[in-house]
Amino acid sequence: MGELATEKHTKYILQIEKKKDDNIESVLTEHLRINGAYWGLTTLDILGNLKAVEQEAVVSWVLSCQHESGGFGGNVGHDPHLLYTLSAIQILTLFNKTHILNIPKLTSYISALQNEDGSFSGDQYGEIDTRFSYLAICSLALLKSLDKINVEKAVKYIISCKNLDGGFGCTPGAESHAGQIFCCVGALAITGSLHYVDKDLLGWWLCERQVKSGGLNGRPEKLPDVCYSWWVLSSLIMIDRVGWIDKEKLVKFILECQDFENGGISDRPDDAVDVFHTYFGVAGLSLLEYPGLKPIDPAYALPVDVVNRIFLE
Amino acid sequence: MHGRPRKSATPVDENASALKAAKIRSLQTQFLQNHHNNIYTKEALELNAKLLETNPEYMTAWNYRKLAFEHNLISQSDAEKADSDHIKSIIDEELRVVENALRTNFKSYGAWHHRKWVVSKGNSSTERELKLLNMFQKQDTRNFHAWNYRRFIAGLKNISDEKELQYTTDMINDNFSNYSAWHNRSVLLSNLLEKKAEGYFPKETFLTEEYEFVRNAVFTDPDDQSGWFYHLWLLDQTVKVDMPVMVSSWPPCDSDINLPVASEVKFPVVLYFNEPVEGISSHTVIVQIEDDVFKDITWSPLSTNKFGCGQAWVTHLSIPHEKFNFSKIYEVKIKSEDSRGITSLSGVPCSRPWSFAFRVSVKDVQPDEGQSFGRIMLTDESFCTIDTNLNKTNLLKSYFELKTSDDDQITSSKWKLEMIDNEIAHYRELLTWADCKIGKLTLARLLMAYDSMTSSATPIAHVEEVLQLYSELMKLDTPHQQYYKDEYSLVLLKQVTSSMESLLKHCWQYKSTPSSITGSICLRLNSLSLSRIGSIERLLWVQSLDLSHNQLHSIEGLEALQLLSCLNLSHNKLASFTALDPLRFLKSLKVLNVSHNEIGSHTIDTRRYQCSSPMSHTIDYDPKFEEFANGDAKLVNFWEAYTVFGGLNLMQLDIVGNVAVDERFVSFLVKLLHGLKWLDGEELH
Ligand SMILES: [Zn+2]
Repeated sequence: MGELATEKHTKYILQIEKKKDDNIESVLTEHLRINGAYWGLTTLDILGNLKAVEQEAVVSWVLSCQHESGGFGGNVGHDPHLLYTLSAIQILTLFNKTHILNIPKLTSYISALQNEDGSFSGDQYGEIDTRFSYLAICSLALLKSLDKINVEKAVKYIISCKNLDGGFGCTPGAESHAGQIFCCVGALAITGSLHYVDKDLLGWWLCERQVKSGGLNGRPEKLPDVCYSWWVLSSLIMIDRVGWIDKEKLVKFILECQDFENGGISDRPDDAVDVFHTYFGVAGLSLLEYPGLKPIDPAYALPVDVVNRIFLE
Repeated sequence: MHGRPRKSATPVDENASALKAAKIRSLQTQFLQNHHNNIYTKEALELNAKLLETNPEYMTAWNYRKLAFEHNLISQSDAEKADSDHIKSIIDEELRVVENALRTNFKSYGAWHHRKWVVSKGNSSTERELKLLNMFQKQDTRNFHAWNYRRFIAGLKNISDEKELQYTTDMINDNFSNYSAWHNRSVLLSNLLEKKAEGYFPKETFLTEEYEFVRNAVFTDPDDQSGWFYHLWLLDQTVKVDMPVMVSSWPPCDSDINLPVASEVKFPVVLYFNEPVEGISSHTVIVQIEDDVFKDITWSPLSTNKFGCGQAWVTHLSIPHEKFNFSKIYEVKIKSEDSRGITSLSGVPCSRPWSFAFRVSVKDVQPDEGQSFGRIMLTDESFCTIDTNLNKTNLLKSYFELKTSDDDQITSSKWKLEMIDNEIAHYRELLTWADCKIGKLTLARLLMAYDSMTSSATPIAHVEEVLQLYSELMKLDTPHQQYYKDEYSLVLLKQVTSSMESLLKHCWQYKSTPSSITGSICLRLNSLSLSRIGSIERLLWVQSLDLSHNQLHSIEGLEALQLLSCLNLSHNKLASFTALDPLRFLKSLKVLNVSHNEIGSHTIDTRRYQCSSPMSHTIDYDPKFEEFANGDAKLVNFWEAYTVFGGLNLMQLDIVGNVAVDERFVSFLVKLLHGLKWLDGEELH
């Protein structure tokens, strides 16, 4: 088993930006380029290499994705959505630059998406999902504006999506899924509402996501995937049950998914790498206290020092 | 990207890929132009459809279709408006685009949402949607988008829960390894139970059938997880008490407590419930001392959240000074007034009234001001065995004479016992031919459930067997070892606290009772390999507690022990100051030993969101902290220590042997804890 190829991964992330025009992956993911930027930049920060990025250029590009409504699109000219708005805020937070935003406008865009029952729509077209609850709550918390929404109702809605296994789905009645659980547990953590979670029940479900190879899957009887290292691990940490999995085996699994030649991490060993899995792999290793990495906060999905800077001042 | 092999592309591949990329890019550019210029012509819509077929995740393209749909409906001619076929054809076209997009990627959130959006406009056939669903659900029986859409259609078209339940039965009969179907079954059954639908109330019949159904799945392949969680859910449905119950209190029912009097007589009253509750106040709980009803009593939850709920609640009562009478015994009554105002977190009221009474007498003790505070030693040599003849154990005794469960509940649960007994027999049988972890784990859970329903007074019957099962599981399934270890600890503590006799084995007496701490009995649960604390409801009387030399990384639960004045946590695995958060609620705590833990050794703090902090919006940042911390205000350790220790009145603290503790930190602590007399064995001046 090799070690973490920090230099290779840094190079891999830095070159994604450069060759964006000619390859099919970047064209097909153009609509979520701002998410990609957040994954890449956060990975670089965890690896200790954020300085390699031209901050000014990134910040002005992020601002060019802002829509007149206040929300952000996934790229220039795209419609705004909470999915992209949080990434934009997270990127600016990484660079300690949120003060350049028109915060009242941005927060009123987000708070206007809360529905009567406490749930959130992702945008004006009305899709409702607990992912959007997390996006709204995390965004507002980072802007210190949680008072702009009805937190109590938001929490009640998330609780109404709790299932027999202690996990959470997109809407009431929907099946539990590790990604969705991260969103719900994260939103509850940020709002100080984790007492609504049945930690032992959910913890058992989450720890049973670890399969023989050491990797984690996202639902029972599914294949393991590096991205679940983040969704499952962060949830286990927030509810303080991370000791229930074998951390060493998981570290080994993530390291095996590296492309040692060209950098980057893939979903499973020997698959094609992408920035999404590179982020989740590195962030997962950070949660596993892999040496040399900056610790990441499990709820805000930003480095701990960045989160502390916001809240402990 | 998922499941795509890593390989270097050949030049031919690269060419093809570049060509395709250029084609999609041009589609995207043209589409965005149309979108920004509000062009909704037939050609523009066709271009959009082509784009969505290649990239169904392109969210803005779905938004555009909705705008176009509405635009084209409004702008149609009167003749078209009158023509329902015309509207239908517009809708059909949308459904066709969605279907094509789903064929490219049936996990596309945008495509499924668009279909919901269109179908909600009316004019679509249930048949058609169910047909589409059956196709996708056959292709991928676990596609949660399809299952979500199915629930949406069932709701929209009023398909009955019974009918949908039958669908899950069919799916499971087809292949039991379908977690999605089991999940949906639990949702539908919960609905039916709530409605008290015919055939589902009382629960008895349906539970019997469901146990059998899921047993077939688990026994077919014990390693397949599909039925595991469903079985646990059934067990919960069988044993759970369907409302909050007050299970314990301090002082205990019918007890006599004797309080030293200084300037006033003040003592805590703790109510402990089987689950967290809301709504404890002077409206819902009446406190009466002799004949006086106390009106303005404030109850506080012992919990870090700010929503006013907790499993334990406390108030501090005082006997008014003018009423002091040393020869008198005061009768205190606590009873629920409007118990329906007390609810569980899911809003279920505690509908059974409760009450308890105890007697308080006052003893005259000279205040020990001016006396020096000698260091309290907590080693083996400081203790001797307890003399059980002394009345010191009387209080303890009241805990084991509690009559908590009433008779009607015991009779009503007869069928439950039989049901669990039956399951126990089946799982014992399973283990005779399959040495599987789910068999052992389920058996352990069933046995504990059985005991909890039979033994509110008698010691637990199956505890040895359960401990044995968890020991075996630790070896059988090493990656999840810690889970079984935690369960083991909880069962062990149940055993220790199950009877007065077993508890007394762990009670020791200080050879010379230090004047600074009240009570001379120390409960010593040290060196038991405990990785977790439980059975708190049996420990509310504890004043001195030794938990040293265990493997605790959390002390959650200790916040309810309001009498605690001396606590030894040395040689555990506490990894951060946030792990000490429960101590903030222990206002009587004088002596604390947290030496030789792992505070400061970890980069990731697993207690961070279990404690009060500005990150979880449970407390505000306190600017006064900076004054205390000087230049160290940026260090998280200092902030966390500040919030935990800041409210304590410690006189003796041992904290050596933790990475976070260095010289600077020690001087910070000394400044923060001004009443501190002893720090790490050295007397402070
Ligand atoms: Zn993945």
